[in-house]
Amino acid sequence: MTQMSTLARGGADTSAPSRRSRKGARGPGLSPKAVPYVLLLPGLLVIAVLLLYPLYQMVEMSFHKVGLRQIKAVNPAPADFVGWDNYTQILDSDLFWTSLRNTVVFAVVTVALTLILGTLVGLLLNKLGPKMSTFVVVGIMAAWATPPTAQAIVWKWLFDSDSGIVNWTLNLLPDWLSNLVFGHADWSGHPWFNDTLTLYFVLIVAVVWASFPFIAVSVLAGLKSIPSELYEAAKMDGSGAVRTFRRITLPLLKPVFSVLVVLSIIWDFKVFTQLYLLAGGTVNRDAFNLSLWSYAEAFSSPPKMGLGAAIAVVLTVILLLITFVYVRQIVKTEDDIR
Amino acid sequence: MSPLARRRLGRAALNAAGVVVFLFAVFPVYWMVTTAFKPNDQIFTTSFIPFPSPPSMDHVSRVFTKGVAGHSIWQYLFNSTLVALSAVVLGAVFALLAATAVARFRFRFRTSFLILLLIVQMVPAEALLIPLFTMVKRLGLYDQLLGLIIINVGLTLPFSVWMLRTFVAAVPKELEEASWIDGAGRFTTFWRVLFPLVAPGLVATSIFAFITTWNEFVYALTLISDQGKYTMPVALQFFVGQRSTDWGGIMAASTLMTIPVLIFFLLVQRRMVSGLVAGAVKG
Repeated sequence: MTQMSTLARGGADTSAPSRRSRKGARGPGLSPKAVPYVLLLPGLLVIAVLLLYPLYQMVEMSFHKVGLRQIKAVNPAPADFVGWDNYTQILDSDLFWTSLRNTVVFAVVTVALTLILGTLVGLLLNKLGPKMSTFVVVGIMAAWATPPTAQAIVWKWLFDSDSGIVNWTLNLLPDWLSNLVFGHADWSGHPWFNDTLTLYFVLIVAVVWASFPFIAVSVLAGLKSIPSELYEAAKMDGSGAVRTFRRITLPLLKPVFSVLVVLSIIWDFKVFTQLYLLAGGTVNRDAFNLSLWSYAEAFSSPPKMGLGAAIAVVLTVILLLITFVYVRQIVKTEDDIR
Repeated sequence: MSPLARRRLGRAALNAAGVVVFLFAVFPVYWMVTTAFKPNDQIFTTSFIPFPSPPSMDHVSRVFTKGVAGHSIWQYLFNSTLVALSAVVLGAVFALLAATAVARFRFRFRTSFLILLLIVQMVPAEALLIPLFTMVKRLGLYDQLLGLIIINVGLTLPFSVWMLRTFVAAVPKELEEASWIDGAGRFTTFWRVLFPLVAPGLVATSIFAFITTWNEFVYALTLISDQGKYTMPVALQFFVGQRSTDWGGIMAASTLMTIPVLIFFLLVQRRMVSGLVAGAVKG
């Protein structure tokens, strides 16, 4: 055996010069054409088994009734085919409309706020001196790095009804002002997490806080890549600050923005961890978004995996439609992909 | 106002805005860390205590000794580290091979593969939870850290390949060609020439995958039921009781969980942006 392989290696070495001229032909053993496929195979297998097959299975399950007996490890019972039943059940449920509303309104508000705040901070970072800029970047890095579970917990603490710093701050407001704006002056013990609206308010604050740094740093990177000659030329031609921004900065940042918008929509559409923790699990059905609803149907007792899968399909279809825009943008800008 | 004074004022306003942004970003983290070091009477209070006086190590030492849900926080830190490191090492091998294929070779289906990567990256992990849960259960991997490791390899791989391919592409081809001319085989060239040059990129990619796995919540929540096998994000919940929450303990644990991520973030911040927005940001 050892002899054989040594021989093979030696043999290939002598023939190497003739192969070198061809692209991809790098050595002995494999046919050069097969090399990329062999390298790709393990990764492709992982993706196929852990992402593509489950994707198919999710669709498959959404047309079946899958309960406790079907998911047993030993002798699972075959799942009954129920056609579109799970989907009609979703559409008939009140929860569909509340969770779709929660998903969409949350995503729209959060994406808008994140992008506006992130862009403003990005522009600010570009204007600041190097020391101050580094200082602010390190600061926003702290918000960005906080794990989602810790984010939810910290904001829950800040908005705690009795000892939360937010209620303490709101109590500092003069009574007449507080009465005028909020309709009451005493914030001691004011609960934030019982009502869906205020719960989502805290969720939006927490998610915007954690996600604006990424937008800011990306916008900053985009701004830095715009050649300064363009600005000098604009100045020579007598263009004002606003006009320069609209005519030079914005168009050149457009590809960055379109990717950032789509990524933000995708991240905010399926927010789960923070909502799960702020809402205290699956007790408050009124606060469900599509991910949390899907989870709640599939993992509470009795589990309704088929129904949960159908909700997940709805969520995935919405997200893939949005992803389409992202993929098109990437394919357009990244020459290397073709 | 003279132009100079106006310019100074403008600069001061910008710096003030910078400080406001800094405070908004940092305050919640500051509050998390200081709460961890406050004795209970300074936590459960209606007055504002900006700094623990005197700082108390009670909560920090308590999460290590007594812990939560029946185990010391060491156990959960260990589980989290084990899952994240294993997933990263396995994922790095797959990612490096695949990234080399797409960055170094032109072949049929190359574009299709790259587009596939982009699309699967966007499929919400939350949506795949149900089929992956049944799969893990059927394979007998339910309630085992191995199941969680495998799932995390799958969840992080598409992005890792996507990010790593730019690093492989950045290594000049001529170096490898020189190595072949010197008679090195394919494997030697890969191991001795390409690998050391791609290593910094591999580290950056691995750190990103580590953070993703370290933070992962919903799979750890559903695939593990044995409390001794919980990862940090799942264990944190158990500080929240039916009636009251152990705020000091949860803040100490959250701080411990955030520290490694923060360090890693500062290390790879720049590379991460370029990886995420891909070709959209040039330079």
